[in-house]
Amino acid sequence: MQQNSSSEPIVSLRNVRKSFGPLVVLDGVSFAVERGEVLALIGRSGSGKSTALRCIDRFEKVDDGEIVVCGHRVDRPDVDLRALRQDVGIVFQSYNLFPHLTIEQNITLAPCAVKGMATAEAKDLARKVLVQVGLEEKLHAYPEQLSGGQQQRAAIARSLAMQPKVMLFDEVTSALDPELTAEVLKVIEQLAADGMTMVMVTHEMGFAKGIADRIVFMHRGKVHETGPASILTSPTTPELTQFVGTGNLKS
Amino acid sequence: MGGHLNINHLMFLGQGALWTIGLSVIALIGGGIVGFVIALARISPLKSVRLASAVYVQLIQGTPLLVILFLGYFGLAAIGLKVSPLTAASASLTLYVAAYLGEIWRGCIQSVPKPQWEAAEGLALTRTQRMIKVILPQAIRIATPPTVGFMVQIIKNTSLASVVGFVELMRSGQIVNNSLFEPFAIYAIIAVTYFAMCYPLSLFSQRLERRMGRGRSNLAPA
Repeated sequence: MQQNSSSEPIVSLRNVRKSFGPLVVLDGVSFAVERGEVLALIGRSGSGKSTALRCIDRFEKVDDGEIVVCGHRVDRPDVDLRALRQDVGIVFQSYNLFPHLTIEQNITLAPCAVKGMATAEAKDLARKVLVQVGLEEKLHAYPEQLSGGQQQRAAIARSLAMQPKVMLFDEVTSALDPELTAEVLKVIEQLAADGMTMVMVTHEMGFAKGIADRIVFMHRGKVHETGPASILTSPTTPELTQFVGTGNLKS
Repeated sequence: MGGHLNINHLMFLGQGALWTIGLSVIALIGGGIVGFVIALARISPLKSVRLASAVYVQLIQGTPLLVILFLGYFGLAAIGLKVSPLTAASASLTLYVAAYLGEIWRGCIQSVPKPQWEAAEGLALTRTQRMIKVILPQAIRIATPPTVGFMVQIIKNTSLASVVGFVELMRSGQIVNNSLFEPFAIYAIIAVTYFAMCYPLSLFSQRLERRMGRGRSNLAPA
């Protein structure tokens, strides 16, 4: 379908179908993400973009179709979930930091428990990823002592500490006010500049336009229009025209 | 018969009170251990385990503790298994407490917000690691006030062990009353003693709950 044929993509969905009861959420979705590419999934609420993202990390099982992520056949029931999730980092809208642990403990938990990293090494790593998101002074703070934007940046740092091959962002700024949104987006921009492969569901059209290598516009469970960021300014389908025209495009 | 309430009677009642505390502790520890297993079994990924533990909980919760005690003491004796009142009371209370604590704790584990599970899953932690490092520490915070509250129920319910001849506070009161026949005075002493054991726990539970209430907003996601 609309796949680049250069090298093996990091994420590829082929004809993916998914229903919740009688509700068809994904109706034959296909797209691929190349190494180092930033892909933005956009669309109205209920268009299936978040479900598509969650399918990549197998938080949802697909009914039909093929998903390959970093060589893992995610659509198969025997997929090695732990191996998959070491390759994929995911950041959620509600941050989901562990409230009973300090930021440092939040970050070192998985490297120590999953990769068997030594405590000292994990602490160095925690400092390093916190510097990356500009929160090094919050090492010993608890999540509740941080603002929403800081919590989200800490959640990104926690994900980075597992050194994923691809990062998924599920509406990570939707719970934040514009000012806090900006500080989180800056971190994501830096990640993109560093060459991280990313798939993001976002409502920040201006941001998507600035950072995404490719846009996938979803409509009624289907990929309705896809192309470079420029499709946001010159859409070809009436649905995307209407979507970007409804005040979503911030400059 | 006759005579007046003297220091020896009070010592005897005191001894009974100690056994009430002892039996409560046994029931709490035994019921706590079994209850923890029940709580985990109730949310097991295996349907058969979930079903078996649910049946256990329903069975115990649908049976009066008095009947469980009778079954444990007279019932087992009738089929040739002679057990001491202490053993019968301990075992019955353990089974009883386990069913309730299991349900309380299952609820606490499940009230840890689902996104916490997902975040832990997304970090590639195993189910056991998710449980031990992420979910249980948060569930324990939630579970502490209702568990302390339930200890009050345990203490009061140990009085039923008197019917199988176990000499705890209630039974020792009955014995003293049999010789003095001053039921009002004696049962008033018993009541006050139970109250003195239970009230501090109730207060403690309420205080924990208030402290929890302050922190609750921080537990919820976003």
